[in-house]
Amino acid sequence: MYNKGTIIPGLIIFVLIVTFPIWFNGLKAGTLPKPELPPGGEKKCVMPVEYMRANHMQLLNQWRDDVLRNNDRIVVMVEGKKYRKGLQMACMKCHSNKEKFCDNCHTYTAVKPYCWDCHLTPKEAASKEETH
Amino acid sequence: MDKQRRKFLKIAGVTALAGIGAPALIRLTSSTALASEHGAAESHAAEAVHGAPVPAAPPGVRLGMVIDMRKFSEQPEMLDNAIAACNDAHNIPQFDNRKSEIKWIWKAPFENVFPTESSYHLAKNVEKADFAVLCNHCDDPPCVRACPTQATFKVKANGIVAMDYHRCIGCRFCMAACPYGARSFNWQDPRPYIKKYNKDFPSRMRGVVEKCNFCGERLALGQEPACVEACKGTGAMVFGDLNDAQSEIRQVLDKEFTIQRNAELGTKPSVFYIV
Amino acid sequence: MIEKTLKGKPAYWIWLAFLGMFMAVGVACYARQYLFGLGLTGMSRDVSWGLYISQFTFLVGVAAGGVMLVLPYYVHNYKVFGKITILGEFLAIAAIVMCLLFIMADLGQPLRALNVVLHPTPSSMLFYDMIVLNGYLFLNILCGWVILTAERKQVHPPKWIYFFVYLSIPFAVSIHTVTAMLYCGLPGRHFWLSAIIAPRFLASAFAAGPALIIIACLILKRVANFDAGKEAMNKLVTIIMYAALLNTFFVLLEVFVGYYSNIPGHKHSIQYLFFGLEHHGHMYNNLVPFMWTSAVLNFGALGLFAWPYARKKNEFLLGLSCVMIFIALWIDKGLGFVFAGFVPNPLDEITEYIPTANELGITLGIWATGFLVVTLLYKIAVGVEHEIEQ
Repeated sequence: MYNKGTIIPGLIIFVLIVTFPIWFNGLKAGTLPKPELPPGGEKKCVMPVEYMRANHMQLLNQWRDDVLRNNDRIVVMVEGKKYRKGLQMACMKCHSNKEKFCDNCHTYTAVKPYCWDCHLTPKEAASKEETH
Repeated sequence: MDKQRRKFLKIAGVTALAGIGAPALIRLTSSTALASEHGAAESHAAEAVHGAPVPAAPPGVRLGMVIDMRKFSEQPEMLDNAIAACNDAHNIPQFDNRKSEIKWIWKAPFENVFPTESSYHLAKNVEKADFAVLCNHCDDPPCVRACPTQATFKVKANGIVAMDYHRCIGCRFCMAACPYGARSFNWQDPRPYIKKYNKDFPSRMRGVVEKCNFCGERLALGQEPACVEACKGTGAMVFGDLNDAQSEIRQVLDKEFTIQRNAELGTKPSVFYIV
Repeated sequence: MIEKTLKGKPAYWIWLAFLGMFMAVGVACYARQYLFGLGLTGMSRDVSWGLYISQFTFLVGVAAGGVMLVLPYYVHNYKVFGKITILGEFLAIAAIVMCLLFIMADLGQPLRALNVVLHPTPSSMLFYDMIVLNGYLFLNILCGWVILTAERKQVHPPKWIYFFVYLSIPFAVSIHTVTAMLYCGLPGRHFWLSAIIAPRFLASAFAAGPALIIIACLILKRVANFDAGKEAMNKLVTIIMYAALLNTFFVLLEVFVGYYSNIPGHKHSIQYLFFGLEHHGHMYNNLVPFMWTSAVLNFGALGLFAWPYARKKNEFLLGLSCVMIFIALWIDKGLGFVFAGFVPNPLDEITEYIPTANELGITLGIWATGFLVVTLLYKIAVGVEHEIEQ
């Protein structure tokens, strides 16, 4: 092999940099996030917990297309309570604390969804409450 | 060795290209993308005996609005209320400079709203009046034609020209295409300029285009658009299905002479004015 | 062949560093714009496209102009262009790179740019523009590289490449036609709503592109000992002259239609460009000095081109007239055409557009990037040329 002296140390440095997050955290995954359960005590979601955990983003996309494109704003019924399709309209009615519910996992997994650039968290909405 | 590398690179290159192109191909060949806005349903029937053929209106619900300026002249503050109701309902930011303005419904003088109509010797009440201006929810919207991502589109069920803010890339082609100046762009984050929030409606983010949505979210709840509701009982704004011969709006249209903005451009606007 | 870019005289490195400086400023300005939004530009609700889109429009023309070398050389077997055809192809690459950068700089949500591919919309002219621009970029890289490689090895280029060379000719025409269609198919923008926009764009492109190539050849002759040959230069001047004359003719036709028909929509934008528009007692005339400069430079350059001494015997005058025509066309298409389309707006109101410093920083940065790309590519082309001569 040519240039053995440069290639091998180079490769080692490369591998070290790529694996930086793993060994920097001492080969541990950190404390697992525990998203807050609905403060209002609701027990049932629009879909089973396992489905929501894995696919809530697809469901939100589906709702988005239904509401905006297909004029399908039909309400979702859960245990006799009516919700309008939507992040602000349905999800946040129970999971009223975005910081303790959404951010909990998203921060852990380093996901930055742009939902809240437009949609108002209950906290944000309350900061400039409309008074009738 | 070298030959093999070249072969590998060739195959890899072709595969990468195919990978990039595939989604586009699949989307294009799937029926929804190719089905035109009106489909085969629109018949260019009704060839008039005199002059050019008059295209038939597309079937189905087609929402529209009549704005009766006579009523607004009697109660000018009503238009301000209607605009304020829209601003509150849709979390519309208020900028104090013209450059960054976001407007869904606003007011302008006759000569600006109808620049191609003669403004010579206008009736005094028309000359002074402020006209309500909003998106015309055209039957043939140039903005929808121009949008490269279908972020703006016509809702088939009711004819509303809607926006999907999640998809808009902010190219502003629709703003150049709209012959009514109905579209606004978020030149910066609008949140700090929203006075108070309607917690049932989102705001927008910077970098997307927005405009009047004929209150699609309120219609779903069986309510009238916010501006129409603000003028309730006066008949200054009448909203309804233009294709339903029994609807209130059709009763008004059948009786009164109305004008539309830039009708000569063939966009078939759904907003009518009684001057 | 890339190694040729790594060796050069100090002047070469100083030039690259000079361009790099502007690029760095551009990056810094873009970072600011990315974090704040397009509100940092001078664009507004009324003038919703500004310098970025106007530069894009002009540079599509520069890219298309390369075909004025490809077409005579490959289709008409005009051997004189043999040495400089590669310059046309490489200029096209740099120009398209700039076009794509300008489009990205103009997007409100640049991270969503791929939505154009993910949600293809055949009714939108931008969809086709994306296809032809990227196609033309790809074709020029492919053809330029394969043919230059063959030249270096002093063998005939492989036969299959000619398919792509011929394909690049309609692509060159289509990039500018489709770019014109972005504008001329919009109802309610009377200044743009004209069937002559596409031919006018092509005419100005076929003048601006070759003018830039002559300027490049004159520079390369001095700094890189690269001689394009007298005959080739003369033929290019002829092409520029005819193209610039056609463009002038088309613009004057627009002026005629506007003023003779006296239809306000057709007249107002032209009036705004050359004389200023008065509205409620205020005179709006930002672009007037620019447009008259363009007119004077345009006719001045045409006059110089028509003078045999200037175009054949005096390289300084030849270069000067090329710079003049390039600037004239840049003002005409790279400023006036886009900005005036928004004046007056659909509600007959007037808002003027003045670019901000941040916007100018990004614009200069992208131009510098283009010059950097073209410098590197020309370094390769000239390097190969010298290698063969030895």
